[in-house]
Amino acid sequence: MSTIKPNYTRPLDFKQGRVDMTHGSGGRAMAQLIDELFIAAFDNEFLRQMNDQASFPAPHGRMVMSTDSHVVSPLFFPGGDIGCLSVHGTINDVAMSGARPLYLSAGFILEEGFPLADLKRIVESMAQAARDAGVPIITGDTKVVEQGKGDGVFITTTGVGVVPEGINISGERARPGDKVLVSGTLGDHGVAVMSLRENLTFHTSIKSDTAALHGLVAAMVAAVQDIHVLRDPTRGGLATTLNEIARQSAVGMMLHEDQLPIREQVKAACEFLGLDPLYVANEGKLAAICAPQDAERLLQTMHAHPLGRDAAIVGEVIEDPHHFVQMETSFGGRRVVDWLTGEQLPRIC
Amino acid sequence: MKFVDEFRDGALARNIAANIAREVDPRRSYHLMEFCGGHTHAISRYGIADLLPANVRMIHGPGCPVCVLPAGRVENAIQLAQTPGLILCCYGDMLRVPAADGMNLLKAKARGADVRMVYSSADAVKIAQENPERQVVFFAIGFETTTPPTAVAIKQAQALGLKNFSGICNHVLTPSAISHILQSPEIRQLGVLALDGFIGPAHVSTVIGSRPYEYFAEEFQKPVVIAGFEPLDVMQAILMLVRQLNEGRAEVENEFSRAVTRDGNVKAQLLVAEVFELRRVFEWRGLGLVPYSALRIKASYADFDAELRFRIPPLSIPDNRACECGAILRGVKRPQDCKLFGTVCTPDNPIGSCMVSSEGACAAHYSYGRFRGAA
Repeated sequence: MSTIKPNYTRPLDFKQGRVDMTHGSGGRAMAQLIDELFIAAFDNEFLRQMNDQASFPAPHGRMVMSTDSHVVSPLFFPGGDIGCLSVHGTINDVAMSGARPLYLSAGFILEEGFPLADLKRIVESMAQAARDAGVPIITGDTKVVEQGKGDGVFITTTGVGVVPEGINISGERARPGDKVLVSGTLGDHGVAVMSLRENLTFHTSIKSDTAALHGLVAAMVAAVQDIHVLRDPTRGGLATTLNEIARQSAVGMMLHEDQLPIREQVKAACEFLGLDPLYVANEGKLAAICAPQDAERLLQTMHAHPLGRDAAIVGEVIEDPHHFVQMETSFGGRRVVDWLTGEQLPRIC
Repeated sequence: MKFVDEFRDGALARNIAANIAREVDPRRSYHLMEFCGGHTHAISRYGIADLLPANVRMIHGPGCPVCVLPAGRVENAIQLAQTPGLILCCYGDMLRVPAADGMNLLKAKARGADVRMVYSSADAVKIAQENPERQVVFFAIGFETTTPPTAVAIKQAQALGLKNFSGICNHVLTPSAISHILQSPEIRQLGVLALDGFIGPAHVSTVIGSRPYEYFAEEFQKPVVIAGFEPLDVMQAILMLVRQLNEGRAEVENEFSRAVTRDGNVKAQLLVAEVFELRRVFEWRGLGLVPYSALRIKASYADFDAELRFRIPPLSIPDNRACECGAILRGVKRPQDCKLFGTVCTPDNPIGSCMVSSEGACAAHYSYGRFRGAA
């Protein structure tokens, strides 16, 4: 009897193998990568349709859509990796409208030579994050670029969601008198990632806060239907997010330094790096703005959710034709909390 | 945060503020210059001006390392960085300092120059070890605080026998700059600038000690209080200066006694003296040519002097004519007095050097204090 197996393909070597140009060429190698890695990890009924597009039923109501590209370095960091980050980031952007996220897409740009073992780890982390969040990845794409033309892996995710009836959350709805809340400690993600940068290695117990916030948001909109603004302070930190909202709503803000939840370790790391935690990135926190009479109820709801345990009211919206975000310092003075200028660069002295 | 929060305590600050308010003489004003950018930053960031009586005015001095670096030296760095194969290392603040035509090292990097931001001079030596086939130049700037680490890097490179490491020395000296300000016509003859006393540098003084300031206090009859960079240090120093002025004293007092002695860090001073020597004259942005105000690498370490190795020509590039950085660095004008401030010159697009570093008077005022000037 013949030992030839006409349909046999040798499985991908997830221990020693590396991404090569054929994995993006559209041929058999690409199909194999999709089957053995992506479909296996993300498996769901929509993906199994195996068409150029995913087909899904459209829900009733107002839909929202958001897209986000992830280029984090290093790819693996304390508390997470680029995989779960790319799922959480887009779910959060969708959820900041008050929406229930429904579906995700994922596009990968892989660099030739990238270890398949690392890719598998990242894809499985994405799959786990999507499963935990209950938001399936229903379509995707893979491209391979030559060595030196990428940084290991770039991931772009897009998400769609549906906004419950009667919810109108938007960046231009902050009104003088409104309260400003944050859902927890600031700067954890940025400090965790920075602690591993090649020229900056320092030891810290801080982990990235990367998390999907749609559960917290669902609880919040159930408790207070008329939340005015929600936004997740990722790159540029809380300072940048609040400046964006102040400009969009044509208002000013006054923060109270004493009220800002910041971990001691984050404060210390920022202190010796010459950085300001208000500008350091978060990946599992949100800022909320609501009418003053709703603030206490909203705060209690946040406290009752595991991702909002350290939530705090940190300031209020004020009238200001210049749209400044200001802060009363713990020291007793006042200062502007400005837009981030370029990148945060450490000072010399 | 231990050893930090104690010096940022709001209740203590109000206490000192109350003492200052009680002790100031309402019939006179107090013009106090904080020499150091570190103090400028603290004053702006913690809103210290809000805690002071109206007749106590803080004047921002020139003690911001990147602010006083003349455009010609920045241009030297940019040109050198474009040498094929060369790696230029510098501190983070340096990357955005404008040279001619708005060019800076960050833009040079975007155009292909290999410019690396380092946290310490030792990182530059490490880069040289890791890239033996490439020339690595450390663009050294700063006052007396950053000078000893540059000396260490050069000695380390010598001990390691590195043939590909060198430095461009732009280190400048605090006492010469203070003398220069005190001798300027605006103060001595014209009386344009009222200057009653100085808050002396924190980190610089840990190295040079408090002794070098004794000369100014005596010669120019101006009190000096050396202070730490925390906001309570600054408040306490202001109170001490108010007391000296009220009592007609002009002495050197040391608020930062937890780190500064009269003699300073002698080991660091010896290290600096071994590797560097005085330049006859050096150009400062804003102050012009200041005699004996900067250091260069000694002949015995000439192998590590990038100015010799790459035959770097002296360049002098005038600042933008509308830019008031010069007058601001001398304390003659305030940032908001400059026509460019907040219009064409912002931290995102700095025209003058005071807008670059967060220690610069303009950037500090723009980033933290500009609501005060807003109508």
